[in-house]
Amino acid sequence: MSQGGKTIRVDYLARVEGEGGLYIKLKGDQVQEVQLKIFEPPRLFEAFLRGRHSSEVPDIVARICGICPIAYQMSASHAIERALGIEIDPSVRLLRRLFYCGEWIESHALHIFMLHAPDFLGYPDAIQMARDHRGTVEQGLRLKKAGNRIITLMGGREIHPVSAAVGGFHKVPSKTGLRSLVEDLKWALDASFSTARLVAGFEFPDFEQDYEFVALSHPDEYPLNEGRLVSNRGLIIDAADYEEHFLEQHVNYSNALHSYLRGRGSYLVGPLARFNLNFSRLPEIAQQAARDCGLALPCRNPFRSIVVRAVEMVFACHEALRAIAEYEPPAAPRVEMAGRAGVGSAATEAPRGLLYHRYEIDERGTILLAKIVPPTSQNQKRIEDDLRHFVPGLMPRPAEEITLRCEQAVRNYDPCISCATHFLRLKIDRE
Amino acid sequence: MGSKPRIAVFKFASCDGCQLSLLDAEDELLGVAGAVDIVYFPEASRTMLKGPYDIGLVEGSITTHHDAERIQQVRRQCRMLITIGACATAGGIQALRNWKDVDEFVRVVYATPQYISTLKMSTPIAEHVPVDFELRGCPINKHQLIELITATLAGRKPNIPAYSVCMECKRRGTVCVVVARGVACLGPVTQAGCGALCPSFDRGCYGCYGPMESPNTGSLTNQFRILGQNDQQISQSFRSYNAWAWQFRKASEECEHA
Repeated sequence: MSQGGKTIRVDYLARVEGEGGLYIKLKGDQVQEVQLKIFEPPRLFEAFLRGRHSSEVPDIVARICGICPIAYQMSASHAIERALGIEIDPSVRLLRRLFYCGEWIESHALHIFMLHAPDFLGYPDAIQMARDHRGTVEQGLRLKKAGNRIITLMGGREIHPVSAAVGGFHKVPSKTGLRSLVEDLKWALDASFSTARLVAGFEFPDFEQDYEFVALSHPDEYPLNEGRLVSNRGLIIDAADYEEHFLEQHVNYSNALHSYLRGRGSYLVGPLARFNLNFSRLPEIAQQAARDCGLALPCRNPFRSIVVRAVEMVFACHEALRAIAEYEPPAAPRVEMAGRAGVGSAATEAPRGLLYHRYEIDERGTILLAKIVPPTSQNQKRIEDDLRHFVPGLMPRPAEEITLRCEQAVRNYDPCISCATHFLRLKIDRE
Repeated sequence: MGSKPRIAVFKFASCDGCQLSLLDAEDELLGVAGAVDIVYFPEASRTMLKGPYDIGLVEGSITTHHDAERIQQVRRQCRMLITIGACATAGGIQALRNWKDVDEFVRVVYATPQYISTLKMSTPIAEHVPVDFELRGCPINKHQLIELITATLAGRKPNIPAYSVCMECKRRGTVCVVVARGVACLGPVTQAGCGALCPSFDRGCYGCYGPMESPNTGSLTNQFRILGQNDQQISQSFRSYNAWAWQFRKASEECEHA
């Protein structure tokens, strides 16, 4: 970082997934412009999916993101199933929740311990942090591994698992196989609980925003694969109507499209939104964890998202244990694909938030059109809005601290820029 | 500590999955971090020290003018340059553009195509700079990555076999999905490394580790025809995560022009 005259620059903001930059222009203490720049090279998935067979889609879209491949596999499978009128077996539904819990635990543990906690504890990374907090980092790695074990058992490998299919799974696990995870998950449940207490003790900037939270909501359960899209400002829609309400804007400084709500502007997806909109559907143990951490509803401080992630890990471990206990293998691992044309959309809850997919398919099963809206592009505009309000309060502080705080504010969102299109380059111009 | 080998991790067009493999080595990570200095790894650390580096791990393919220049600088800073994953070693899934009009692709995805700067082709790192070792896979196998780093530091040849997935299938005792069930499987032409996962999940290998050392793609193509696949299906099965690897490229193009 260098400070020369009215410009503060950091070449790369680290510990996010993907390549991007941040540009903030100031006049006095007034923020004139905030741009979250994403220069991750476009990979053009929506274009090359055209002409591929719909059965290939779950494997292909997984490659959008190495951190949350299951989210892509899930949204794609559900959307294609809707297009083809496929009803999945209830056991498959339960298995998908379990699979997704594995990804939530892995991804949340990665973000809490490896990417975000170093900001709060004052280290450049988890490896340096491990010199003073070895037990904490080891706990984080073990939690991450507990999530990854679910994925590996069900899908063969942590990254780009091979079992997910339209209509169900290529192969489903045995009851005995799943039971081998139980001891580890019981440990992980306790460890998530203690993680929540640990991170709740961090120092949080006094910063709140009046967000429009958007998440899935389901009458009986904390959302993963199913539910209506709801917000705290009255939105209640089916995923099929997503594009009537949510629009995308292409700005010249970003390779990721910015999403906004028609007539309203930015909104927030992810742990904070899910938590605020679905608190009552959390199992008692996760609610208890939240109360112990002093999380009141609504939680509007984005820096506390690290606590919410830990509460969601409590949920995910508990839910995984429930799913394993209730599991009976389905009659068939998957429903065969029907040969019919159709259009289908679906949204599921990736660890970072709502992930929307829509596909148009012809009668031979060929993809005619694909649309994918990842959580990070939905949060982009909101991240900029947060910074616009957050930066003025930082003004008297030294440049280095301002920069670090801005980075931390971006990392609140656990942005996955590879999804949205990696490194954030922070530049502050002062007039 | 200054005498420990310096490792850097660089990213180009990719999904981040292969560099995540390093963080996914939960049991080995702190051990590796004790044996080497990971001095440049932006996904994991704010500390980004300048080169030269003893080992550079490169993930991702080259898809922009800027990246084509950046890889030259990266090469100059790294004593050993190791590419990790299908994007870096074969151009990745994004190399599907190489057979299409990229401008049209950009128009499909972006409202204002003129904001987007991208190359017509997605190409592997070795098409731009000399590479010391290519670790295959989409994603790579984390145990192979640890073996490769260990071997490189010890100055020995890494134990990373170039034979086919079939060998791994036999070793784990999976019944052949082609012979027993007539499932199209790229295992015979695909390099081992994944542990023959897909056949163990009752499906055919889809080639995510790229071509094995001497793939007989022509023979496999004939077998696929016997199994009832048409040329377009066969061409597409070679055209996925390692589409631009020359053996798979050639096989897919032969079907296209058959």
